Amino acid sequence: MTNSSTTEPLNYLNHKTGLWSWLSSTDHKRIGLLYLYSITIFFFAAAILGLLMRIEKIAPGPTIMSAQTYNGMFTIHGIIMVFIVVIPGLAAVFGNIMLPIMIGAKDVAFPKLNLFSWYVYISGAFLGLYSQFANGHSPDTGWTFYVPYSAEASSNVVIALTAAFVLGFASILTGLNFIVTIHRMRAPGMTWFRMPLFPWSLYATAWIQILATPIIGITLLMVIAERTFHIGFFDPALGGDPVLYQHLFWIYSHPAVYVMILPAMGVVTEIFPTFSQKPVFGYVPIVFSSMAIALVGYFVWGHHMFTSGISYESRWFFSFLTFLVAIPSAIKVFNWLSTMYGGSVDLKPPLLFAISFIFLFTIGGFTGLTLGSLATNIQLHNTDFVVAHFHYIIFGGMGFAFFAGIHYWFPKIYGRMYNFRWANISWGFLFAGFNLLYFPLFVIGIQGMPRRYFDYDPKFQTGEVISTIGAFILFIGLIGMVSNLIYHSKRGAIAPANPWHGVTLEWQIPSPPPHENFDEVPVITRDPYVFDHPYTK
Amino acid sequence: MKNHENHISSDTLNWTVLVILLILTTISILAIKMHLGAFTVALALILASIKVTIVLTYFMHLKFENSLLRIMVGGVFLLFAIVIAITFIDYYFR
Amino acid sequence: MSSTEHSEHIDSDTGKMGMWLFLFTELFLFGGLFIVYAVMRSKYAVDFHHAALELNVFVGATNTVVLLVSSMTVAMSLTAIQQNRSGKAIGLIFITLILAGVFMVNKYFEWGHKIGLHLYPGSDVMKTLPHGEIMFFGLYFMMTGLHAIHVIIGGILLTIVIRKIQSGKINSGHYLLQENAALYWHLVDLIWIFLFPLLYLIT
Repeated sequence: MTNSSTTEPLNYLNHKTGLWSWLSSTDHKRIGLLYLYSITIFFFAAAILGLLMRIEKIAPGPTIMSAQTYNGMFTIHGIIMVFIVVIPGLAAVFGNIMLPIMIGAKDVAFPKLNLFSWYVYISGAFLGLYSQFANGHSPDTGWTFYVPYSAEASSNVVIALTAAFVLGFASILTGLNFIVTIHRMRAPGMTWFRMPLFPWSLYATAWIQILATPIIGITLLMVIAERTFHIGFFDPALGGDPVLYQHLFWIYSHPAVYVMILPAMGVVTEIFPTFSQKPVFGYVPIVFSSMAIALVGYFVWGHHMFTSGISYESRWFFSFLTFLVAIPSAIKVFNWLSTMYGGSVDLKPPLLFAISFIFLFTIGGFTGLTLGSLATNIQLHNTDFVVAHFHYIIFGGMGFAFFAGIHYWFPKIYGRMYNFRWANISWGFLFAGFNLLYFPLFVIGIQGMPRRYFDYDPKFQTGEVISTIGAFILFIGLIGMVSNLIYHSKRGAIAPANPWHGVTLEWQIPSPPPHENFDEVPVITRDPYVFDHPYTK
Repeated sequence: MKNHENHISSDTLNWTVLVILLILTTISILAIKMHLGAFTVALALILASIKVTIVLTYFMHLKFENSLLRIMVGGVFLLFAIVIAITFIDYYFR
Repeated sequence: MSSTEHSEHIDSDTGKMGMWLFLFTELFLFGGLFIVYAVMRSKYAVDFHHAALELNVFVGATNTVVLLVSSMTVAMSLTAIQQNRSGKAIGLIFITLILAGVFMVNKYFEWGHKIGLHLYPGSDVMKTLPHGEIMFFGLYFMMTGLHAIHVIIGGILLTIVIRKIQSGKINSGHYLLQENAALYWHLVDLIWIFLFPLLYLIT
């Protein structure tokens, strides 16, 4: 069965063909796919780097690389994963593809700006790659670029900083586009509280993108000014304060993690009602908890700096706020579980990924509290415990939510269905591999294994070996999952418009959607999660 | 494709706003001669904030836009103020 | 949003909201520098006071007046286009550009004077100054430098607006681009309204 049958209706995939029609398209669905493909490629590049790091760590001392190479690897692994994969991640892919459809619009508010954002993103990503290969050697500062090292190191730091600046600009433009889209382009009758929860999560996320990203923009410029002009803001020899860099860096980079997780929460919030055939439990609390996370998330940044020498009063403040911000996240977990409870639960791949998201995200969240508590932080700061924590949240949380989302919306995007068994088996490898890879890092972290260390005391080796085995299992799962999707995107069985019996707007239009989404502008007359076959029988 | 502007600022209004801004500027410059010590900063910031509010309200038309924009602008400034205040919980108590 | 040969017309309230959101990002961009200023000022109040004596209040005040007037002229240009007086609109934007030029010339001489005295970040003289003065001058150059870049961008935007009024693409029915360019210009003014007292009036 080929794509170019003359009986196939026109949709956004086939109405114009050729590479240039994709690279010049202002169609939000095509732009979302451009992001999907570029993010997937960069993800695998950074994941391979991670795998190489794990191979290196299977034994103490050098195994396959030098210490300098290792430092460069964790730096670029972080830069790619944070700035190129995870921050754009869900918003740029599923936000672009699904947001206008879910609110009943033909496109985003500024379609040309949307395409321009992708080009800015690609430029930033290539600048990041260039920092690896330009004259001088690849940066080894860690993705956090802490001064004084980033101000003094002889590597291509300026190029990497510029790359991050450009990528931040792309993030800002996407956030701007989405805020205006949600304010101005909702279909008639779709009041704010009739809007589905994935768009709500994108709204909260977009505000963070707008208001936090510029701070890291200016901070990166300050480091460039430090390197180029010795401006001195962070240099004690000239009167500056290196901790001020940390403040400025984390004022953005903490809210940035909510940019990562809020859309992820939004995606699973769509999946649970669909696969329980039951309305979301607590729509309004979820709305307010999303906005609360976005807001309170601005006030916790110092929990990355508890051992940097900040005042006792501020440590107390940041720890307290960190515990507060966990509350709205917990509310959501309660809501997701309650959505499933008593529903007609269908354990298809999207739900499987969504449920494992809850499990992994919860582990990540609890360990965040361990880190957020002042006394325990002293033991755990800069150990592998931190590494395990954030991988559980980002990869186990946002990553698995991404996998859930792609398995959920795949039939809508491509008009075809993947193989469920293949998906479930891949899930098994992913889930097992993930936990084997990261859980041991909690243990050796508590025992004192520092992060970003090339070498280690032999007493940690058992944990390191289990972790490396887990990495390979995880990789098998990744390859399995992606090949299932790629293969069936062209060769899968034709999918119906609504294979999961969903009730939000995207399931009311054909799969794949037509170029302008809706033949007629829909008029909304009810709440978003009304299921016509009540489960209460 | 609507391009409505219910309110058109008259030239008189714009001139009046400018004169007020110039007066406030003059006051700020004269204030440094008054040796207010630590209060110089506070006064300078207060006067600057008033000028900024006037520019936002009249030149940038916020007074005549819908309240959503005003809420957004207010929220942005408030958020920034909170971030500076929290930063100073560190620096003030170090 | 169907695309045709001519540029798609974006609803003016939508376009304006987009511009305001972009202005918020600019505010936070400068905001980072204001945070550094606040921290350094609180740490080195006396040094800041001394260093500010190097700045010429008259030039700074002139620049303040120049920008305030330019805000007025650009605001008046919007009134003009709304009243279908495109000639007046162009004239007023042109005056705004002249004033921008005056600002940049002043800035050029100010910076030139300091650089001539070897008072710039990283210089031999700078290294000998007290820490707080080094911080002050670092902030002075970075804040006014970033601001000057925005003056130039604003000037470019306004020049484009003049061309579009001349070609009729901006008229009394469609003037979103002019409105947005004016908003951007006012932002340039807003930043300076804060910079002026914080850099020049702390003596």
